[in-house]
Amino acid sequence: MTWVLNNLGLIIELTLVHIRLSILPIMLGFVIAIPLGWVAYRYRLTRGLILTLVGLLYTIPSLALFVILPPLLGIGFLSEANVLIALTIYAVAIMARSVAEALQSVDPDVRQAATAVGYSSWSRFWTVDFPLAGPVLLAGLRVVAVSTVSLLTVGIVVGVQSLGYLFTNGFQRGIVEEVLAGVVMTVIVALLFDGALVLLGRALMPWTRAARALPASPPRVAMA
Amino acid sequence: MFTARNKGRFAMTAAVVGASLALAGCASGDPLAPEPDTDAPAETIVIGSQAYYSNEIIAELYAQALEAGGFEVERNFQIGQRDAYIPALEAGEVDLFPEYTGNLLQFWSPETTATQSDEVYAELLTVVPEGLQALDQSPATDQDSYNVTAEFAEANGLETIADLAGVEGLILGGAPELEERPYGPSGLQSVYGVTVAFQATGDTTVESLLEGIVNVANVFSADPRIGQNGLVTLADPEGLFLASNVVPIASADLPQEAVDIINAVSAALTPEGLVALNVQSTVDQLSSAEIATQWLTENGFLG
Amino acid sequence: MNLFVDAWLWLVDPVNWQGSGSIPVRIGEHLFYTGLAMLGAALVAIPLGWLIGHTGRGRELAVGISGAARALPTFGLLFLFVMLIGVTLRGPSTVFVLMLLAIPPILAGAYAGLEVIDRRTIDAARSMGMTEWQILWKVEVPLGLPLLIGGLRSATLQVVATVTLAAYVNLGGLGYDIVQGIQLRSYDQMLGAAILVILLALLFDALFAVLERYAVPRGVRAGRDTDVRTTPTGRRATAELTATT
Repeated sequence: MTWVLNNLGLIIELTLVHIRLSILPIMLGFVIAIPLGWVAYRYRLTRGLILTLVGLLYTIPSLALFVILPPLLGIGFLSEANVLIALTIYAVAIMARSVAEALQSVDPDVRQAATAVGYSSWSRFWTVDFPLAGPVLLAGLRVVAVSTVSLLTVGIVVGVQSLGYLFTNGFQRGIVEEVLAGVVMTVIVALLFDGALVLLGRALMPWTRAARALPASPPRVAMA
Repeated sequence: MFTARNKGRFAMTAAVVGASLALAGCASGDPLAPEPDTDAPAETIVIGSQAYYSNEIIAELYAQALEAGGFEVERNFQIGQRDAYIPALEAGEVDLFPEYTGNLLQFWSPETTATQSDEVYAELLTVVPEGLQALDQSPATDQDSYNVTAEFAEANGLETIADLAGVEGLILGGAPELEERPYGPSGLQSVYGVTVAFQATGDTTVESLLEGIVNVANVFSADPRIGQNGLVTLADPEGLFLASNVVPIASADLPQEAVDIINAVSAALTPEGLVALNVQSTVDQLSSAEIATQWLTENGFLG
Repeated sequence: MNLFVDAWLWLVDPVNWQGSGSIPVRIGEHLFYTGLAMLGAALVAIPLGWLIGHTGRGRELAVGISGAARALPTFGLLFLFVMLIGVTLRGPSTVFVLMLLAIPPILAGAYAGLEVIDRRTIDAARSMGMTEWQILWKVEVPLGLPLLIGGLRSATLQVVATVTLAAYVNLGGLGYDIVQGIQLRSYDQMLGAAILVILLALLFDALFAVLERYAVPRGVRAGRDTDVRTTPTGRRATAELTATT
């Protein structure tokens, strides 16, 4: 514990930086994925194309993306924009599929009923489809959050500060405690984001808790 | 190098990348985002460092010495690779950076033939790009060197790299890029007639040597583990490696007063002194700031 | 200068296709670590997932542990295990870390596959006098196979992308060319290797897509179109199988 106690300041500072850098890609990923996921859900033709493309994006090794983006976009290696854009791409890759699947999960009867009582397609989307898709959207967003927090650590390879600093620095100096502190703090930050999203979900979608209590509810699948 | 013109070529990602770029652009007004370096007041000196703990300690020495001299300092440490930070230096994003003469000369002038310390420094001064300057070089060195275990040296009668010629089954360990460097396997062959197989051992090079995964290891000469593990550094009579002294690279308009402070720090830093600083980091597990404060106090720069 | 043309030229340069660190060798190493990690993860996760799905017990615990495992940063864990276990065992350490990455999606696929089965189907099997083993092997496993394969699919994609980090602890793979390329400023090499990783991932993705299709039992496939309710649930499950690198 000596190393940790002597370097609490550094650990806290890096944790705050890590949280700050994680927020933007998670939010941007969500916002960009909504229209993409909607197009994928709405039009059968584009569905396969969009979902395959975003799936492809997710397989790009983070290491490679961090290094290739700067020359590709003409941005500085050192700019945080580099890592932020890369993480946003991964967030979109996960989230677009979730959005499409979330919209798919809405009961078609409800949708028809909404149309029947006179909703325009725009207002139906925001007031009926979107809230009803909420639980699946939330599940996707939780995966995005945890994944972003974890991937950000690789950014240290291109010089973007995060808890990843403790990995490379600790490895070079042979201080196990330092690397361990980095791993533990990354998990804690990820769980913080996850917990915050769960609370947000409860606040925004109070009906999901009631539904869960119903014995007849369909089996729910892993939300982690 | 590569420009934004290439953007359209990755047609698959263009839409996503473009959208996220635009949004990232909007988001730079985010109060949580750090101030861009260019907004810092003119007298603030931005100091960078490599993603290498020893380099960070030297950068911290500069930072605290300048602060003691009344300068405002911003630390931008652990900026990865030379490819990443040299453009940043040239663009004026960073004002001061601890570097190493030999490796830096090879970066700017890959065909160089200089190997001795003074030669390398003299040639470096001629290739520093406009807008940058190399300050005085320090006697402290941290350069590539080939090392073997004491037992292996004894068993094969090794003192210099030349003695490796004729030893069977040599496996050289080092960072992945060593494979392609002029002083890597090809240089060993052409300069010393030594044939080696190569294994990329990266940050585990010393451990790999001790475990016998490799039997020759490229280790930085200021690495405390050379002494701690009784490794034998093979002499390099033919000058395969370039001498690499610590040298501060600064923007050309760094105030003279700051230049004087940094030159004084460089003069006081000896090769043994640098190893001692590294020991404090790896063995005593002190932070760069603590190590720097202690050293600067002992050497009369602080208090 | 065109990055992608350069990367293509690097990929087709015969020099890069022979010798000790050639492209086929790197692909082989990449597949080797991917395969070992997937095998190990499957051996742990599939029986466990089936146990949870069949008994309906331990699900909350599994979800919790999987969630925490997903938050583990692979990059840091690689360093941590190599430091703790030693450089001679860096191969097994790396496979272990990759297994940790692959287990959550496989586990979720295994138990979700069993959970989405209509309870009436299982009750019917039980009333026909099937033993628990028979129910598991003859009813639940075949019906749950598509979701299990979905889980294996996302696990494989993540592992293939993440094996690139193994180069940081000197195990080769296509990440080697990326790490070396960063240091040498060889964008062609870096991008070429990245493209190969993506191609590998695509290949696995296509393979699993085919498997997923054929894993649907014939009887189920026949009646599938009429069953509108189970399809979205199945898709939802796969959505949640996606996890982190």
